[in-house]
Amino acid sequence: MSSLSRDDVAKLAGLARIEMTEAELVELSSQFGMILDAVARVQEVDLTGVKATSHPQPIENITRPDVVMPSLSPEDALSGAPAQDEQRFRVPQILGEE
Amino acid sequence: MIHQNAAEMAQALSAKEISSVELTQAHLDRIESVDGDVKAFLYVDKEGALAQAAGVDADRAAGKKLSPIAGVPLALKDVLVQRGVPTTSGSKILQGWKPPYDSTVVTKLKDAGVVILGKTNMDEFAMGSSTENSGYGPTFNPWDLTRTPGGSSGGSAAAVSAFEAPLAIGSDTGGSIRQPAALTGIVGVRPTYGAVSRYGLIAYSSSLDQAGPFGRTVLDTALLHEVIAGHDAKDATSINAPVPNVVAAAKSGDVKGLKIGVIKQLQGEGYQAGVLARFNDSLDTLASLGAEIVEVDCPSFEYALAAYYLIAPSECSSNLARFDAMRYGLRTGDSNGASAEAVMAATRDAGFGREVKRRIILGTYALSSGYYDAYYGSAQKIRTLIIQDYAKAFTAADVLVSPTAPTTAYKIGEKVDDPMAMYLGDVATIPVNLAGICGMSLPAGLADEDNLPVGFQIMAPAMQDQRLYQVGAALEAALISKWGGALISKAPALIGGAR
Repeated sequence: MSSLSRDDVAKLAGLARIEMTEAELVELSSQFGMILDAVARVQEVDLTGVKATSHPQPIENITRPDVVMPSLSPEDALSGAPAQDEQRFRVPQILGEE
Repeated sequence: MIHQNAAEMAQALSAKEISSVELTQAHLDRIESVDGDVKAFLYVDKEGALAQAAGVDADRAAGKKLSPIAGVPLALKDVLVQRGVPTTSGSKILQGWKPPYDSTVVTKLKDAGVVILGKTNMDEFAMGSSTENSGYGPTFNPWDLTRTPGGSSGGSAAAVSAFEAPLAIGSDTGGSIRQPAALTGIVGVRPTYGAVSRYGLIAYSSSLDQAGPFGRTVLDTALLHEVIAGHDAKDATSINAPVPNVVAAAKSGDVKGLKIGVIKQLQGEGYQAGVLARFNDSLDTLASLGAEIVEVDCPSFEYALAAYYLIAPSECSSNLARFDAMRYGLRTGDSNGASAEAVMAATRDAGFGREVKRRIILGTYALSSGYYDAYYGSAQKIRTLIIQDYAKAFTAADVLVSPTAPTTAYKIGEKVDDPMAMYLGDVATIPVNLAGICGMSLPAGLADEDNLPVGFQIMAPAMQDQRLYQVGAALEAALISKWGGALISKAPALIGGAR
């Protein structure tokens, strides 16, 4: 039986930038054992020599001519911004006090 | 007139027996009368729809050349962005957001004169199989309002099933078009991966997501398929090849001499008796029409569900990083000099629902160093084996078939606290997504034990989507003649709506 402790879930939530309540951490940790057991079935198969598929289509490096194309106006790009200032996105503090 | 098929409505429009404004208004009235019970729509764009309809009527009066379904109304899954129309993907994190651009699907619909009635409910970011994971409450199955319509495109499927729209767009990452089509007694198609542009489709799992059509008949679904498919330079994974002739295939419907492969692994244990009975009836019908039924073996399908629930959460944990509270959508906790990181974490806590959090955490785990090879890496290799199983099966059969879902529609709340039970409902639809091929679900009748619709799934190789319609149309015609009418005519009348 796989398991993930409350602290493991808290660490993953931190990496994923999701604040979680204690109740959520406990609930997720209790559900994870069952889910991990189910997905761990991929390890039951002998996969020696099998290539990985990241994408169902055999295409790569799609390019286009390097010319200017129409794109969003600054007004459109900023239209959903939670906060803006002088035609820019206004964001919370990104550096520490020091 | 709302009970007609889209093809019949298109005919009446083109013969000028009715205007698009009248047809659109009739559907808006139907929405007004039944959607309080069904809750298929998150947003009804009354003004926009009527303006669009008036435009089509004017073009028709001016003698302009119009698309075959110009003036026919449609319901749009809220996962696709439409300029100026609230779009949420079923999530609170996008509540009130008005996209500044149209998705390619929307552009194509507008160009074809298809009238967009509004945005339909869905599991948040398309993560779920019952529409119960929507941030705005569930949608109810028109066949039984105590049950789910399936998901994640449950709103679109319910809208078509409840005659609120003759056509709808959904998206299918693990079965999200085919499964709700099955549970609501209508037709749904997941086109080949790359056949319909993903530009403006809010991403869940980029290597699996694909938009596609819903209709009440195979032909209606084909007419919509032809409008939305085609190469798009704005989507790097879009296939640069002609769209398969799906409408001609839906009109010709013939299975004589075709080999139809029954997948050994997608039947038996775990499937409801009434589902298997209707599936076997359909096979008998296909055989009576001259098809040869063979059995095919796809041993790796046993691991498809496990591979999917690693690949999709992994891709979602990356895709949903864009919801960072900086450029659009919700922002909470931005006070007292809180850092950007703290604001982001608080916003994602407030904006994401339980299932979305669960999948982001699972994906973050599966991609973390030390576990990557064992989980995500192995899942990608299983994906290769599934592609190989299909390739081999398609040398023995022209199309493959299975029940669409192991059960009929279940009660609202029945599986919501048991994620694994919910995930098992996707067992028959997921292999198509992992392989990037195409699949259709069409009504196969009602299960004896609960009188609820059962779906029959047809699968074809990549860019052979016309085979789905060819086989689907033949089966549909034979079943309708056997039943003495379309299955949807047996759906109960909804409160406030005369049938």
